[in-house]
Amino acid sequence: MYVAVKGGEAAIDNAHTLLAHDRRGDPSVAEIAPDQIAEQLTLAVDRVMAEGSLYDRDLAALAIKQARGDLIEAIFLVRAFRTTLARFGYAEPVDTGAMHVRRRVSATYKDLPGGQVLGPTFDYTHRLIDFALAAGVEIAPPNEAEPDGDQGRMPRVTDILSSEDLIERDTADDTAPVGDLTRDPLSFPADRDLRLQALSRGDEGFLLALGYSTQRGYGRNHPFVGEVRLGECEVDFVPEELGFAVPLGTVTLTECQMVNQFKGSSEIPPQFTRGYGLVFGQSERKAMSMSLVDRALRAGELDEERKGPAQDEEFVLSHADNVQATGFVEHLKLPHYVDFQAELHLVRRMREEIAERAENKAAAE
Amino acid sequence: MTTHANPSPSSVIPRGPKGREGDPSVTLMQASPASGYNFAYLDEQTKRMIRRAILKAIAIPGYQVPFASREMPMPYGWGTGGVQVTAAVLGPADVLKVIDQGSDDTTNAVSIRKFFQNTAGVATTTATREASVIQTRHRIPEETLHAGQILVYQVPIPEPLRFLEPRETETRKLHALAEYGLMHVKLYEDIAKHGHIAKTYAYPVEVAGRYIMDPSPTPKFDNPKMHMSAALQLFGAGREKRIYAIPPHTQVRSLDFEDHPFRIQSFKEPCALCAASGVYLDEVVLDDRGGRMFVCSDTDFCETRRAEGHREAMLGAVPFAGERVDA
Repeated sequence: MYVAVKGGEAAIDNAHTLLAHDRRGDPSVAEIAPDQIAEQLTLAVDRVMAEGSLYDRDLAALAIKQARGDLIEAIFLVRAFRTTLARFGYAEPVDTGAMHVRRRVSATYKDLPGGQVLGPTFDYTHRLIDFALAAGVEIAPPNEAEPDGDQGRMPRVTDILSSEDLIERDTADDTAPVGDLTRDPLSFPADRDLRLQALSRGDEGFLLALGYSTQRGYGRNHPFVGEVRLGECEVDFVPEELGFAVPLGTVTLTECQMVNQFKGSSEIPPQFTRGYGLVFGQSERKAMSMSLVDRALRAGELDEERKGPAQDEEFVLSHADNVQATGFVEHLKLPHYVDFQAELHLVRRMREEIAERAENKAAAE
Repeated sequence: MTTHANPSPSSVIPRGPKGREGDPSVTLMQASPASGYNFAYLDEQTKRMIRRAILKAIAIPGYQVPFASREMPMPYGWGTGGVQVTAAVLGPADVLKVIDQGSDDTTNAVSIRKFFQNTAGVATTTATREASVIQTRHRIPEETLHAGQILVYQVPIPEPLRFLEPRETETRKLHALAEYGLMHVKLYEDIAKHGHIAKTYAYPVEVAGRYIMDPSPTPKFDNPKMHMSAALQLFGAGREKRIYAIPPHTQVRSLDFEDHPFRIQSFKEPCALCAASGVYLDEVVLDDRGGRMFVCSDTDFCETRRAEGHREAMLGAVPFAGERVDA
């Protein structure tokens, strides 16, 4: 006999024990350690750091283990941890021009100062399953080369273009306070700093699809990859009591500078416009998608007609966060029987009324 | 009534009105707060920010106040707004009740109650009248709330106009101008199409003669309970980052038309367990041949009545698990 579901507490505890058991899998297989994840599933760790908005490899690796490899769940774990951390200040803007570059490619110039550096990339690999990898293989040591001239300085392509005024200047004021959507509620219209923050934390798949949609005509912006670069940047912080910058450490970043079709006015001759992407860790897919969507979201500022979802700020920013999205989609699993009862009640009543009317009509005839 | 384990008598904090401890029908428990986190999980700065939003919400009944909602250790859409509001108003002397769909024992209610047991160590209860703070999802308790109580609603979509106008920039403007024609047209169209206003839950209300407000997806049956309630009603939407409130003794009117007055659901039969009528019932399917029974959605209300000796048919007919063994 059923009486409103009882024993929820025991059921929850049992479910969690079962989850832990399933997470471990077959005990005859060695247990995976977070350092193996941090070292060998680096791109998964990068994604969790990027969308979790917290640069901590070890924590991200542990979250991936705890989440059984479900990256959105791992991102959620990292976010819930991050929110409890004290905020003691904001770092100085990172100079990606001074990045220790491991990879840098430009699609707009064949060669450029600093050169094209292919680096660690899946590009041009043939996507054939490597069965030898299953057994574990000895890896040849990587070849090393000296940086070309000028101590390997790699000016950003957009800086090269802007020296000729061919691309709009980066007008952002480095000293102005930046918004933080994790500390203040987002309101619309949002400024570009907040938009970029939301995109950088946003779901890779969602941004990929939106970026893709702009390429297929839903808000086309004629993009060229000015450059994509990957490497390590130093993060500086100015403690109030010292008054000068102290390095806190380095972070791996992927940056994409998208160069988009020109825009001019009666005062300003035509110039290329910018779309920008910056992500923790190595993720060109995310950085590139982000720069496409950033550019699309500048439709208002650049006086373009908004005709694709990627150009719609409220649509994009309200739905980019996968922790929010997964929570709300999955909350449909929660009991809704009170509401459903209300709906049942109304449907039955409407059906009764229709049946009554039909009866009355039949009786009258 | 439920008795919870009492793991740490040493952490007992003075609580509530005197005399409550002596009442055997009341279930109180104490738990040691999880170490490493502040009381009720959130840090004091965050609580202050939330309390400011709550105060503003109380000052402007029915108005949605944006707040910097935090990421909580439970998923968005599972009560993070309500949990943040509860965390901000909870004190060590409070007695907390958590219900989901009217029941104290649905899994999410259990989970949230446990969260506050672990992080705040407050006393919890299933008895509506004993609770000083009640967090709820989708129901208002049947028992009339009294002065001093706080009812905290979990809200998925705070904007009553959202499904008529998806843009926040637009809906905020509509509220500012009290331009609610859209809503009245929608209700009218329902009548034209279905013969009824097809809103059975999350039925829009006008608060203090000004703002139209979403009461969260409570069945419209519960709407009249919000009107002139002696309790403070707080609404938290975590994902949507909004808090709103109905202060005690505030007018709350369900939208309707002169020729189509607002009506609440009524059930043909009483609760199959406690014989209560005029309460909201859940339909329970008994078999695959159309057998069903209706029982109180408010489990505390139902259990209290049964303890008082009210009995309906279903109770005698079958072995009843309701007199449950205390854990």
